Amino acid sequence: MADATPDWIDIGGIDDIPARGARTVRTGGKPVAVFRTADDEIFALIDRCPHRGGPLSEGIVSGKSVACPLHNWVIDLDGGQARAPDVGCAPAIAVKLVDRRIFLAADAFAEAPGPTAAERGQTA
Amino acid sequence: MDMHSPRRERLIVIGNGMAGMRTVAELLERAPARFDITVFGAEPHPNYNRILLSAVLAGEKSLDEIVINPRSWYEENGIDLIAGDPVVSLDAAAGVVRSAGGRALAYDRLLLATGSKPLAPPIPGLDLPGVCAFRDIADVETMIAAAQHGRRAVVIGGGLLGLEAAWGLKRRGMSVAVVHLMPTLMERQLDVAAAQLLQRDLDKRGIAFFTNGQTEEILGGERAEGVRLADGREVPADLVVLAIGIRPNIDLARKAGIDVNRGILVGDDLRTSDRRIFAVGECVEHNGQVFGLVAPLWEQARICAARLAGDDGAAYATPPLFTKLKITGVDVFSAGALAAADNADDEITFHDAKRGVYKKLVLRGDRLVGAVLYGDTADGSWYVQLMREGADIAALRDRLVFGQTAAGGDATVPAGIDIAAMAEDAQVCGCNGVSKGRICRTILDRNLTTLEDVRAHTKASASCGQCTGTVEAILVHIVGAEAAAATGREPALCPCTEHGHDAVRRAIGEQKLKSMAAVRAALGWKAADGCHKCRPALNYYLLCAWPGEYGDDPRSRFVNERVHANIQKDGTYSVVPRMWGGLTTPAELRAIADAAEKHRIPTVKVTGGQRIDLLGVRKEQLPAVWADLNRAGLVSGHAYAKGLRTVKTCVGSEWCRFGTQDSTGLGVRIEKMCWGSWTPHKVKLAVSGCPRNCAEATIKDLGVICVEAGYDIVVGGNGGVEVRVTDHLVRVASEADVLEHVGAFLQLYREEARYLERTAPWIARVGIDYVRQRIVADAPQRRALHRRFLHSQEFVQVDPWAERAERGVEAHEFAALGRAG
Ligand code: SRM
Ligand SMILES: Cc1cc2nc3c(=O)[nH]c(=O)nc-3n(C[C@H](O)[C@H](O)[C@H](O)COP(=O)(O)OP(=O)(O)OC[C@H]3O[C@@H](n4cnc5c(N)ncnc54)[C@H](O)[C@@H]3O)c2cc1C
Ligand code: SF4
Ligand code: FES
Repeated sequence: MADATPDWIDIGGIDDIPARGARTVRTGGKPVAVFRTADDEIFALIDRCPHRGGPLSEGIVSGKSVACPLHNWVIDLDGGQARAPDVGCAPAIAVKLVDRRIFLAADAFAEAPGPTAAERGQTA
Repeated sequence: MDMHSPRRERLIVIGNGMAGMRTVAELLERAPARFDITVFGAEPHPNYNRILLSAVLAGEKSLDEIVINPRSWYEENGIDLIAGDPVVSLDAAAGVVRSAGGRALAYDRLLLATGSKPLAPPIPGLDLPGVCAFRDIADVETMIAAAQHGRRAVVIGGGLLGLEAAWGLKRRGMSVAVVHLMPTLMERQLDVAAAQLLQRDLDKRGIAFFTNGQTEEILGGERAEGVRLADGREVPADLVVLAIGIRPNIDLARKAGIDVNRGILVGDDLRTSDRRIFAVGECVEHNGQVFGLVAPLWEQARICAARLAGDDGAAYATPPLFTKLKITGVDVFSAGALAAADNADDEITFHDAKRGVYKKLVLRGDRLVGAVLYGDTADGSWYVQLMREGADIAALRDRLVFGQTAAGGDATVPAGIDIAAMAEDAQVCGCNGVSKGRICRTILDRNLTTLEDVRAHTKASASCGQCTGTVEAILVHIVGAEAAAATGREPALCPCTEHGHDAVRRAIGEQKLKSMAAVRAALGWKAADGCHKCRPALNYYLLCAWPGEYGDDPRSRFVNERVHANIQKDGTYSVVPRMWGGLTTPAELRAIADAAEKHRIPTVKVTGGQRIDLLGVRKEQLPAVWADLNRAGLVSGHAYAKGLRTVKTCVGSEWCRFGTQDSTGLGVRIEKMCWGSWTPHKVKLAVSGCPRNCAEATIKDLGVICVEAGYDIVVGGNGGVEVRVTDHLVRVASEADVLEHVGAFLQLYREEARYLERTAPWIARVGIDYVRQRIVADAPQRRALHRRFLHSQEFVQVDPWAERAERGVEAHEFAALGRAG
């Protein structure tokens, strides 16, 4: 993990995650799910479905979304919002890809960001 | 506003519901610029299709899908929508309304469309949490939430609404009882015979009934715990739903001094006693009649809009009404009179108890005045048409009860629905108030070719589905049979495609498509990756079509099949080893016990499928648990697979004093032949040693019942949500014959059923005769099917646990990527 800057933690290579798949990262607090799309984009979310806490890392990834394995809520990987009609958010973790290595923002583990009250209260 | 243009008249609508917004929509078509429109709605939602709350409750539709007018519609039409702020007072003399939020607005014209309120019985306990009505989105949300935590529901009221509520809650996994005051269900829409059939069918679906039941009290301290009936019976419940009827919502009108009786009184012009105020919908009373179905409301909306637009000739008359119960798989229809009123009337009845079909027609002279249909409602809309037109049915009388096709033998009435002869303004879809003319125009304007499109653009047949046949006939009439048939009746596989399951499978075979990307490219998928609905289906279809060639895609499998264990609600997994035919040995039991202790597995349970379940295993523990089980010869039981689950057996001739054949041994041999196969949905088999049937073979996907003379093979049973008893396929003489028929049957199911369709609904769809013809009548075909089954088995009979525990297959599944924080 020599490349890690103080703010970013190197958690592994992109090829460690299957395309259209996910792996988990153990943290001091809540587990994090790191997703890889078919076009090699990487996203990271807290591995808890906003519905009833299902492990999103076990869901089916298509496009930029994942379907929760427990009751099939569809969550946007980019931002973690549940797709309508469901409402909720799996907090997103900043992540970046440098030379096919994956870095997670270190401050994310201090305290995971939640949705703002405004975001949560938003209706159509 | 531009000072120089004449001021537009101000129209205020109170009630943002189905009748009110339909009136506004009609008005915008006739006189788009006449009014400045403000709509007050007590509910915080845009206008939605209340009828479909039943479908939302049953989990068949989402709230999004039932919105009729999205907020953008109000914006585009310059309508000021004030949702979530009810009007609390009306000053008719000053022409001003006031809302709870403190708004005071003046009107030139006012439309009251306040709908109705649920009736509440005069009993204690109504205020307890856990008691709700079935009227609006908030009620449905309450019920859905209750179904997630509670187990038991009582519905008070066995009418249309109550039964739809009961069925929705049942679908959501609750155990449901219906308390009904009258001796028979839906007594206002059904005669006694039909009501009894209905009760019998719902009873079979697991809904309990307390008829002649008068609720005296809702029990409970903190929240509802049940109900007590007048005869002393108590029914426990976590949720109590009131559905005993509705009462027009007339409070505002009455306080404002407008004439009311049961409802707000209106004339044929839909004006109230105040000339500036109109009223439509369930809040009105017209000629002594109040309303509870949408069809008359559409007519009211049309007439009221015409009046508001200045057409002084438009007059309202109530159209003939019909009802249909919206419970999937239960066909109930009724229109007009339920029974002969006097000696001048005649009844024609038809009853086929075995098929569960009942029809009653009520005739007055040579006119049809009523119809009650149960079990086969296909002709409902035709009967309504005959009633609406007041058609002379003397010439059809002898065939009338057999429906339009039979009656069509007569030269005067062509077979099928005569679209050309149908009036342009004839209402086709009663639920959504769509006329033939509107459907025709939309099809032409938008170049529509499929039923789904017509539904999406016109809403015709999108609610109760009763008029689907007519809408289809209109489509065929306009675009021709080929175009309509090309896409067919089968619903699309998922939102990524227009093609249905069967069409996709045909294309895979005919065009030799051998990868998901090839299927998606050839058939024009809308999403590059597909979605979580189509990916598992395509993966299965390819696997079935190209055994040994197509490589399984783990990323398109539901987690259970990907990791070969069942995910549980807390994210841990369960492990179920195979016990061939339910047999085990002390060594196997010892290995299971050792593994459970060593890995500290919290729960060990005997399953309903004759084997042992280890529950609460963490994902990273799985390979180690499997390795220990493998060492004792135990392999995966595929308890997670859309594939072969179990072959249950009884002790049979080896031990049992009644056993006629070696049912245990045969079960093991069948399981050895079939394990590992992937199928459209899970498959469960059983072999019983005699007709006492201790292995419950008659509710399995395939069962074998041994008899002295051989083996009866039965298929298409199900013991799950909708219990279905098997159909008899054939009796054969030897075990070899059994194996051949089992292989052939499973292969036919694998090749022809749709993904996620179990054998019971599949056979209900294609008919047992078809299956008999393919498997019993045609021996060469049966052998070919059996051979194809064995061929595909060559590639799958590898224990997935061993692959993962020993050979490190998919190792990334069972370890975290890294550590952070
Ligand atoms: C473990 C077991 C309950 C038990 O402790 O006994 C069980 C557990 C589950 N059943 Fe079952 N069923 C079990 C026997 C049954 C039986 C009885 C039988 O197999 O003889 C039935 C009725 C028979 C039938 O299928 O016709 C049964 C009818 C269902 C159904 C309804 C299927 C239907 O077609 O209506 C579902 C839901 C589904 O598949 O969509 C279901 C679904 C489930 C699921 C997979 C729910 C889920 O999606 O998570 C449960 C998984 C729990 C787990 O991870 O272990 N389970 N389930 C039984 C495992 C048997 C085995 O050894 O493999
Ligand atoms: C679960 C269910 C299933 C049904 N199924 C069928 C069916 O299969 N077939 C059929 O024909 N009919 C069915 N119906 C009946 C049908 O939905 C009604 O006939 C129809 O919705 C009545 O329309 P409406 O506009 O008069 O009233 P609503 O649609 O109830 O609209 C009235 C609106 O006015 C609002 N309101 C009331 N007072 C005020 C106020 N003071 N200020 C502001 N807003 C106010 C209410 O909140 C409500 O939103 C069903 C009804 C339910 C509840
Ligand atoms: S094991 Fe079967 S019956 Fe029991 S709760 Fe789960 S799905 Fe329902
Ligand atoms: S926990 Fe994710 S959908 Fe229910």
